[in-house]
Amino acid sequence: MNQIPVQQVGRTLQIEILRHNPYDPASKPRLQTFEVEEADAMTLFIALSEIREQQDPSLQFDFVCRAGICGSCGMIINGRPGLACRTLTRNLPQRITLAPLPAFELIGDLSVNTGKWMRGMSERLETWVHSQGLEGLDLDALEPAMEPELAEQLYELERCIECGCCVAACGTAQMREDFVGAVGLNQITRFRLDPRDERSDAQFYELVGDETGVFGCMTLLGCEDTCPKDLPLATQIAFLRRRMVMAG
Amino acid sequence: MSIKRISGPALSDLLQSLTGLLLVLFVWGHMFFESSILLGKDAMLWVTRMFEGEHIFGQPYPLLVSAVAAAIFALIALHAILALRKFPASAAQYRRFHQHMESMHHADTTLWYVQVVTGFSLFFLASAHVFLVFIQPDNIGPYASSDRIWSGRFWLLYAPLLVCVHLHAGIGIYRLVMKWAPIPAAQTQQVRRRLKIAMWGIIVFFIALGSASLVTYMKIGYDHADRVGERYHGADGRGGV
Repeated sequence: MNQIPVQQVGRTLQIEILRHNPYDPASKPRLQTFEVEEADAMTLFIALSEIREQQDPSLQFDFVCRAGICGSCGMIINGRPGLACRTLTRNLPQRITLAPLPAFELIGDLSVNTGKWMRGMSERLETWVHSQGLEGLDLDALEPAMEPELAEQLYELERCIECGCCVAACGTAQMREDFVGAVGLNQITRFRLDPRDERSDAQFYELVGDETGVFGCMTLLGCEDTCPKDLPLATQIAFLRRRMVMAG
Repeated sequence: MSIKRISGPALSDLLQSLTGLLLVLFVWGHMFFESSILLGKDAMLWVTRMFEGEHIFGQPYPLLVSAVAAAIFALIALHAILALRKFPASAAQYRRFHQHMESMHHADTTLWYVQVVTGFSLFFLASAHVFLVFIQPDNIGPYASSDRIWSGRFWLLYAPLLVCVHLHAGIGIYRLVMKWAPIPAAQTQQVRRRLKIAMWGIIVFFIALGSASLVTYMKIGYDHADRVGERYHGADGRGGV
């Protein structure tokens, strides 16, 4: 009763990692295989840390929170994007292939600069509350209350951690570098819902009403199927598409 | 409140979907009429006469068929030019998409590529078929069609057309629903699973129906090969087509 299932026999995992240091002119992309003894409830984060500590300190990968909150450890795991810290090795075959997320600037090995991409997207789509007269706002006064349902809706969309998995999973983003991806479209729907944001649909149309925005999306649904936070991306993008057709 | 005029990329996206929807509805309807041959030559003759307006005007006007063909051709052209926007535009884009698709092993990503391949094939296959109907609207009927298909070797066009058009139509409708329909987030996965099952069911059904009628036309054409050009006069003995 109440026993956590324990895996009895540990496997020797073969972890194949795409290695490359773009800052070293002599570096050529290559696959390197590491062997790791699988432990119970091992995540890829633990396996990679073990490799770095015990086998190769030069291995580059990003982690901060280890709990699926910071969005740093997105990588291609056996062909599909996912968070390493949320991926249990027991759900993977014995041979695991890891590669950096495509579409982002490579820092080295599994580390990519999602931050730079996200910042560019955020500045382009102006993903912050637009409101007049904020300078005169009395910060000590109570904010007008928001309906709990609306607050919950906002919170649901706000759960995005900008890990970049949706961009890496998107066929459109792979072909067209200027596509804002599900992360961008989701943020637009989030600010559109927010009553504090005074922008009109016509203004949102200026931001996403073209082929680099919602009308570039071809509904391949890679984003919906790989989002580690299970955000309702298909629903949000369909909603935004309908709104933007009316606004266009 | 005034309804603003829809323009630009919004209009393109909406029109691509709408023309696709109309074409799919047409193709599905077309399949039932075309496969009337499975019920016999007289059933097909009746359908042929209906489309030539005979049941309304008292005599056949094949030009009506040409008019429909021209309208369908216009829809195809519009749909094609709008869909072309989405095609990969360079060798590099094709390469990246291929890499992505092979790595992801993701059904909807792969199905999109099936749309690209079948869509490209349809530029030629559908055009050839619709153009023929446009210029020879009077050349449709139990014997006329069968002779064309067997003795005229048009089955070589219709067999690949059948497969391409139904894959393209079925997958297209599935994507259309996912693209526009207001599906609550909590039900997305369930609705999607059901749509996928329906999609494959419809694709298999129409390819089976189409194959059965194509084989029937081929059989009639084969038996009629020494009398090519002769028209079917129907059980009522009236003017043949």
